[in-house]
Amino acid sequence: MTEFLTSQLAFLPAPLVTVLIILLKIVIIVLPLMGCVAYLTLAERKVIGYMQVRLGPNRVSLLGIDFLRGWGQPIADALKLMSKEIVVPNGANTFLFLIAPVVALGPALAAWAVVPFGAEMTLANINAGLLYILALTSLGVYGIIIAGWASNSKYAFLGAMRSAAQIVSYEIAMGFALVGVLTAAGSLNLGEIVKAHAGGLLHWYSLPLFPLFLIYFISGVAETNRAPFDVSEGESEIVAGFHVEYAGMAFAVFFLAEYANMILISALTAVMFFGGWLSPLPAALAEIPVIGSLLGPGIHWFIFKTAFFLFCFLWFRATFPRYRYDQIMRLGWKVFLPITIVWIVLIGAAVVWQLPPWFAGK
Amino acid sequence: MLQQILFYAFSALVIAAGAMVITVRNPVYAALSLVVAFFGSAGLWMMLEAEFLAIALVLVYVGAVMVLFLFVVMMLDINIAVLREGFARYVPVAVVFAVLMMVSITLVVGPRHFALEFVAAPPPADPDYNNTQALGRALFSQYLLPFEAAAVVLLVAIIAAIALTLRHTRQTKAPKPERQVQVQRNDRLRIVKMDAEKNT
Repeated sequence: MTEFLTSQLAFLPAPLVTVLIILLKIVIIVLPLMGCVAYLTLAERKVIGYMQVRLGPNRVSLLGIDFLRGWGQPIADALKLMSKEIVVPNGANTFLFLIAPVVALGPALAAWAVVPFGAEMTLANINAGLLYILALTSLGVYGIIIAGWASNSKYAFLGAMRSAAQIVSYEIAMGFALVGVLTAAGSLNLGEIVKAHAGGLLHWYSLPLFPLFLIYFISGVAETNRAPFDVSEGESEIVAGFHVEYAGMAFAVFFLAEYANMILISALTAVMFFGGWLSPLPAALAEIPVIGSLLGPGIHWFIFKTAFFLFCFLWFRATFPRYRYDQIMRLGWKVFLPITIVWIVLIGAAVVWQLPPWFAGK
Repeated sequence: MLQQILFYAFSALVIAAGAMVITVRNPVYAALSLVVAFFGSAGLWMMLEAEFLAIALVLVYVGAVMVLFLFVVMMLDINIAVLREGFARYVPVAVVFAVLMMVSITLVVGPRHFALEFVAAPPPADPDYNNTQALGRALFSQYLLPFEAAAVVLLVAIIAAIALTLRHTRQTKAPKPERQVQVQRNDRLRIVKMDAEKNT
């Protein structure tokens, strides 16, 4: 498809064509992502509703079709938020107050540049992809602390301080879990990491790196400020935390950033521990004529795995009560950090001695 | 051509942000300007094909160090008027020291040793070049001893920082989470079997 576009746009200068194609790819990634975010909010309310034995949103239908009752809810929500006024509080720092949602959303979208959706489906196939992801997810906290400070509100400020301490703490456990992945795969490139999973279900890194997978995913939940680690919002303690003063679209952008980050963490868990686009079924099944392309590797497996981890995010929120702040800190520093360090040493030994079946012939 | 435009853009960004750090009145703006300066430097390193260093700069300095900086700066209640008192009195001394520093820096890293004709532009690396791998090789073979020494220095610094801030004598009534997480249901809850109330 890239070749086709390049030949069609040959009358333009070559660098401009490259820029146009990259822009097009960005649109192809970001638009479905935004759609996913919108419908993830609906899925969240529906899933939690059913888990708590109620129905969830079931009033706004899509195009008046009776069967799709509730499916118009995200669109109605978006229209409502767009038509609301953005109130800048008295004594707030207007510039930082308005720029904070953008600072929160930017890294959440930029990190998608290196995510491998399929064998050749990556926007930027860079060598240090894992490091890039880690750097960008650690930038997400800026939006939160700038928002908390610029709001000139005690609740918002408390939420921001909690969030900053929490994200800095859990980033370390997260980073160490990723060190285990890169030791096992021998590469920082996310595509190479997925290729290292090749060989069927038993070769996925979720088996040898199981504790690191658990720690990565739990740290991911903490890093995105989701329940049960949502002390930065803590609506029963500090109203709504860092975004208590935000209304309308400014609030919606924070919401978009949070959900885009959730999808990102789920996608990365699928890529690094569950073989990304690879199929869990034996390779022989991919040879079957018609349904072979569904059973073989492909982007649909990546989407399926990501969707499962997203479901886990919602499941946690419906199941667990909120952690207390000091317990969160204890879990991060005194439980996760020692486990990851021990497991990195074990993985290092396994790689050196080429433990089969994962590390043989590396 | 494109490279030169990018280089001057990033350099201008770093210099402007650096100037902002020392001139703006609001300390939060100063810290945020420093973040922008780090981003500009990361861009410059990226142009030198040192992608590991560039991303590590963002990861460590922007992602962790500056967050803690902002954390502290936002909690401080700084009265700028008090800080600016006596500014005019100290200006002559400050100017003398600034000029001295300027001269000494120029003598050490100035054009006498680092002019463009002394330092050739590095040849562009081939597409397979992996900066992370090259850096790892150099650190763990050629520079293993300095690397380990730096690690020991850092460890000592961590222990010293903890030892300096640890206060054993502090008597608090803070709950101990390690005991709290061990609480079982039977410690707190007693289930009593009762007959339903009888209708008389």
